Amino acid sequence: MSLTDLTIVEAGERLRSGEVSSVELLEAALDVASRTEAQLHAYLTIDREGARAAAEAADAGLAAGDDRGPLLGIPIALKDNMCTRGLETTAASQILAGYEPPYDATVVSKLREAGAVIVGKTNLDEFAMGSSTENSAYGPSFNPWDIGRVPGGSSGGSAAAVAAGSAYGALGSDTGGSIRQPASLTGIVGLKPTYGTVSRYGLIAFASSLDQIGPLSKSVTDAALTLEAIWGHDPLDATSYAGEYPDLMSDLDRGVDGMRIGVVAEMAGEGYEPAVEQAVAGIVEKLSDAGAEIVEVSLPTVDIALSAYYLVAPAEASANLARFDGIRYGLRADGVTTEDLMAKTRAEGFGPEVTRRILLGTYALSAGYYDAFYGQAQRVRVALREEYATAYGKVDVLVSPTSPTVAFPVGAKVDDPLSMYLTDICTNPLNLVGHPGISVPVALDHQNLPIGFQVMAPALGEAAMFRAAAEVERLARFTARPELAEVVT
Amino acid sequence: MTWEPVIGIEVHVELATKSKMFCGCAVGFGADPNTNVCPVCLGLPGALPVPNRQAIEWIMAIGLALNCEVADRSVFHRKNYFYADLPKNYQISQFDIPVCHDGHLDITIDGEARRIGIERAHMEEDTGKSTHVGDGGRIHAATATLLDFNRSGVPLVEVVSKPDIRSAAEAREYAIELRSLVSELGVSDARLEEGSIRFDANISVRREGTEQLGTKVEIKNMNSFRSLERAIDFEITRQIEVLEAGGQLVQETRHWDEEAGITHPMRTKEGSSDYRYFTEPDLVPMVMGDAWVEEVRSGLPELPAARRARYIASGLDVDLAGVLSDSPKVLRDTYEDAVTDGASSRAAANWLTGEVTAWLRRTETDAGDFQLTGAQLAELIAIVDDGTVSSSAAKEVLEGVLDGEGEPRAVAEARDLVQISDTSTLEEAVDGALAANPDAVENYKAGETKVIGFLVGQVMRATQGKADPQLVNEMLREKLASLS
Repeated sequence: MSLTDLTIVEAGERLRSGEVSSVELLEAALDVASRTEAQLHAYLTIDREGARAAAEAADAGLAAGDDRGPLLGIPIALKDNMCTRGLETTAASQILAGYEPPYDATVVSKLREAGAVIVGKTNLDEFAMGSSTENSAYGPSFNPWDIGRVPGGSSGGSAAAVAAGSAYGALGSDTGGSIRQPASLTGIVGLKPTYGTVSRYGLIAFASSLDQIGPLSKSVTDAALTLEAIWGHDPLDATSYAGEYPDLMSDLDRGVDGMRIGVVAEMAGEGYEPAVEQAVAGIVEKLSDAGAEIVEVSLPTVDIALSAYYLVAPAEASANLARFDGIRYGLRADGVTTEDLMAKTRAEGFGPEVTRRILLGTYALSAGYYDAFYGQAQRVRVALREEYATAYGKVDVLVSPTSPTVAFPVGAKVDDPLSMYLTDICTNPLNLVGHPGISVPVALDHQNLPIGFQVMAPALGEAAMFRAAAEVERLARFTARPELAEVVT
Repeated sequence: MTWEPVIGIEVHVELATKSKMFCGCAVGFGADPNTNVCPVCLGLPGALPVPNRQAIEWIMAIGLALNCEVADRSVFHRKNYFYADLPKNYQISQFDIPVCHDGHLDITIDGEARRIGIERAHMEEDTGKSTHVGDGGRIHAATATLLDFNRSGVPLVEVVSKPDIRSAAEAREYAIELRSLVSELGVSDARLEEGSIRFDANISVRREGTEQLGTKVEIKNMNSFRSLERAIDFEITRQIEVLEAGGQLVQETRHWDEEAGITHPMRTKEGSSDYRYFTEPDLVPMVMGDAWVEEVRSGLPELPAARRARYIASGLDVDLAGVLSDSPKVLRDTYEDAVTDGASSRAAANWLTGEVTAWLRRTETDAGDFQLTGAQLAELIAIVDDGTVSSSAAKEVLEGVLDGEGEPRAVAEARDLVQISDTSTLEEAVDGALAANPDAVENYKAGETKVIGFLVGQVMRATQGKADPQLVNEMLREKLASLS
């Protein structure tokens, strides 16, 4: 077993016992990166120098008795839509090529404060718009389980890095499933917390009312302790939650005896691969055996959630991305007039999917269409929220597949946006209602491709969600790791 | 048939908060370009707005002073348009749920009260500032544009009147009253020349007696109350001329050219007609609540209209009440104190708005720096009333007091300005004047009573002007009567 197979918890134990240093953990991860990046392209930037300095500082701190907690000395990767002071941050877009932010995102400050070692910035679909990481302006990432397949997206780079071992954990952002779906497709844990619990300050916005940062990791416990390090009220984010935060760790080992677990009836059937349905059903049966009460729950509005999502998200994006105009930073095209300069910069700087969504969102907000499109979508969110509230009157958590399919081949859906959008059908309703959800790997299909199981909870219901997710992890006994061929250079 | 102008005014008030609307950057006029900026007001990727509580309180104060309703819950919207000095290419503003709505402002025009309705007052952020370089700063021919984002994100309150204004003079009065109100509230520098208060007017005309509104034209770039009035007058005349010539007006925005004294069409911003407003997802709705509204209401200072009414009730005429009400606060406070110390309200107001204000102007002293207490002013008025000093000598006494020479009575004595009011002291001078001017005495006896003025003058000269002329007059009349 190599160091990079360790969970954050295991790595932390070895750091504290003196068995291993942070620098050694980092070297092992960087070694994996240098062996796999040519195949995977998980990273857009690797900050070897910065990471080494942080690892040395962590080792020195630990030696001096300054133990900042579970992330101290742990190499972590960041999706490249989180601002890092002085370190290129592009959101995988040409329009931000070479852009070095003058400030750290709140999550980055918190990670640094916790002593984490930031390895680098991972690849994503441009501005997090996509489900396969193929929309990156800098080329796609690939799935460590099968490099002919996508790692999911938009946090595909973070997922591939954690699955391959070039980071011990990572942060991603989830607007419609962008953490959970790639985690599912790469056999790791991925969590979208309750909206408002993790600061969005410094996250390059896609859709402000849906975006949420969360961890990708090898274990449920790792996800919980990473979340504890990054969440909390932030005065720099007006939508940040200012009340009591749940205790994530107390119920992790409690099991599901007596829990009421709802299976979402609409998240099955046409479009779902049999292997996915079987794996999910198998886990549900085991949960029942472990003492949970299983209830079938119907959420009819989730069938139109995807349509609502593809109005709300592009509408907000059309305004959020308006600032990229070539005037103050990033790419600047030549123009005869200011308007010309802006138009050309945007035409050159944005890729086709981003352009498509800006146009869609602009249209949805236009005079005369607002009520039929954006207004209607907002009403769907209200209806959806009521439906979930009713469901959570009967059950503690809901479960479903994370994605209807396993990882699909590179190029299979790039020319068919609708089929690409459908890969997020189980994940995006939660963004519309702001609830937390976690994907836990439970099985491999016949092609040796991982299948994820989603556990959902009401807003701030993370304790119950983690309690169930930890049991799913124990019952599934999923320990498989992708085998990567050595690249001969 | 005559034409009736229908005018509405939009006022933008920059709030003088310490920090900007959605970030911690300082608000201030005159700093070096792009020094009061941060990721938020530069629209850098990932930056988020956090509302300024002080600004929200101040827009509530403006709304309450304008007799508006304060909404229980108010929402920010994004107003989308591309412009180089708008860093996010959307402005955080308000759309259908402004902080304040439905109020009014009373103005007086030709001695008559007029009530102008207030549609709404909403909160937004200011843009940066573009300076076009080359060819006289005109945008079409500019060779470069300089951008300064110091102003970007400064809190801005937009007050929209109802179309209740019927003349340029009313518009001017409304603007003056509104400016005086916001400066009284202490929420804005309200300086037209610095752009911290800006007025736009919407103007249409219709046949008198009809209800239907005519085609509306918006005019911009009026940098003084006078140019507001001139621009509106020009525009009313222009519209009537077009219509009477059988022409049609176009709904447009026109630019006031101060030098030429005309309005001309502005280049319309492309696509500006559809701002695609939607709820600002980076902010949560503001919940005002009765307790907060009442807290703001109870902190409001006395407003100009109420103060004028109070002055008038205490015995000042309308004009004097107006002038005093518009005087600096320190003068008004001195007025209140002097009246409390027994001075007549009229005398105190006259002194402060007349001699004191003139002295401040002459000596270029800031109103905040002068030292005249209410007690001193009351004493000054008292020594005039009791004849200790003459009215003209009192002006000198005032100067002495303002120069820090001491209390009025002491200054009068030190400067030797006390009138001789003692009849026995004056007796000699009066007798002397009568003896030295027998012709005058004869003329008086013959019924030419006017000569008494000449005799008073003689006594005044003999006493180096220190005699109380009133008293001298009385003594002379008595003596002359006894001589006849």
